[in-house]
Amino acid sequence: MIRFENITKNLGGKTVLNDISFEVEKGETFVIVGLSGAGKSVTLKHMIRLMRPDAGQIKIAGESIELMAKRPLEKIRAKFGVLFQSSALLQWMSVFDNVALPLREHTKVSETEIAERVNAKLAMLGLADAKDKYPSDLSGGMCKRVGLARAIIMNPEIVLYDEPTSGLDPVTSRRIDDLILTMRKELGITSVVVTHDLHSALAIGTRIMMLHHGKIVENAPPEDFIHSKNKTVQSFLASQYITKRGPWERGINNDK
Amino acid sequence: MISENPTDVESIFIRLTRRSGAWTLLFFQNTGHSLFMLLEAFRFIPHLIYRRSRSELLAQMYIAGIKSLPVISVVALFTGMILALQTGIELRRYGQEVYIGSAVAISTIREMGPFMTGLIIAASVGSAIAAQLGTMVVSEEIAALEVMSINPNRFLVMPRLVALMVMMPLLTVYTNVLAIVGGAIVGSTQLGVSVVAYMDNATRFAANKDLYVGLFKAIVFGIVIATVSCHQGFMTRDGAVGVGVSTRRSVIVSFLIILVLGYIITRLFYI
Repeated sequence: MIRFENITKNLGGKTVLNDISFEVEKGETFVIVGLSGAGKSVTLKHMIRLMRPDAGQIKIAGESIELMAKRPLEKIRAKFGVLFQSSALLQWMSVFDNVALPLREHTKVSETEIAERVNAKLAMLGLADAKDKYPSDLSGGMCKRVGLARAIIMNPEIVLYDEPTSGLDPVTSRRIDDLILTMRKELGITSVVVTHDLHSALAIGTRIMMLHHGKIVENAPPEDFIHSKNKTVQSFLASQYITKRGPWERGINNDK
Repeated sequence: MISENPTDVESIFIRLTRRSGAWTLLFFQNTGHSLFMLLEAFRFIPHLIYRRSRSELLAQMYIAGIKSLPVISVVALFTGMILALQTGIELRRYGQEVYIGSAVAISTIREMGPFMTGLIIAASVGSAIAAQLGTMVVSEEIAALEVMSINPNRFLVMPRLVALMVMMPLLTVYTNVLAIVGGAIVGSTQLGVSVVAYMDNATRFAANKDLYVGLFKAIVFGIVIATVSCHQGFMTRDGAVGVGVSTRRSVIVSFLIILVLGYIITRLFYI
């Protein structure tokens, strides 16, 4: 579904991604973890060509996107929904209008149908009562959920999550995790999640890739990830008090 | 003091050359980006047939026009009053104070009206546009639009451009009227020129061409303010500090371009 081939990216004289290659299969929840500045968000931005690589090739559904023209790129981007770290909601629009925006811009469906679809998504995310509010009236967790509603309103094949739980309390974080799990189970959506939170990564991921100084140091299913022999992975696991048995097993036992 | 050491001189020369090269490159990059953005925004003007685009245009016209009225009123009135007082004091020495009507009307309609309106709109509306778009860049809202395949030049730039192109001439006419009224108040209360004599003098000497050139300037200034402030907003980097830098730059660059273009247009039409 998504294929990175020998991608290198330099920013401000620093190599952020150093010849990395990996593949995300259809239907999986692929989690990218790593320390700050490891290149996680940069990797995500390459998938939707918000950034272009200095070297290498990125293929989405078999099509190379680095030099793709505007129109075909729009078709590729239509496969994606993106939940940004800051939620990226348009501040002057209500929750309803934010979620309805892609439908109004890219479809010819009637306002009645738009209302039905938007209300359904908002209800699914527990936001039915918030549709007339503005982003400035919402909590961080609610903004993330509105961002998620907007990301999935066009029923994308792939959803990218940039730090979906950062800055949220543990209860809200787990709620977002559950939503990502639901998305995979019920809608079969392919997800790529960038996070610092290993508990979350182990709970939702079908595969976890760790980046360190722009290199891939591990790329394995969660069961194998926590048994990794790699010292960087071990120290990352230890930093979040994760042992080989822990609360993360909830996700695995739940038959992700 | 420049050192006699040739290597020092050489390094200073290399540094200067490198820096001027970088500035030149940046200048052309910014100009290129601004012009591309402007042309694309013009290309999207037919999208105003859609109701959503029109409602955004009306919102921008309200911000640029109605919300600017209080400050424009005060500035216009006092500009006319100052002009009348300064010219009236000099003309009274020759017993020609009745001519303040034409002096205020011509200088306002030709130059001061569009110029003052341009500066006020650049400082109030232009800076707000740069700050808003800059904040949208920092909070990834522009990236979100791109990912949703919503062209920011259509969605954000075009309504602001058209709003300023429409509102600038209207506000300029308003500025002209208030400045002339301000001049009449000073003329009748301070210089002994009746309102009738003042208005008669003002309308006798001011030509239609003065009004057309003034309004043409206003439209050009509207395009400049929209282009500069949107461009500066989109170029924002480095968080809240970057938003401040973009806002400041948008005002300075708009002021400079308005000054230079104001001179060029006057030169083209009157000499």
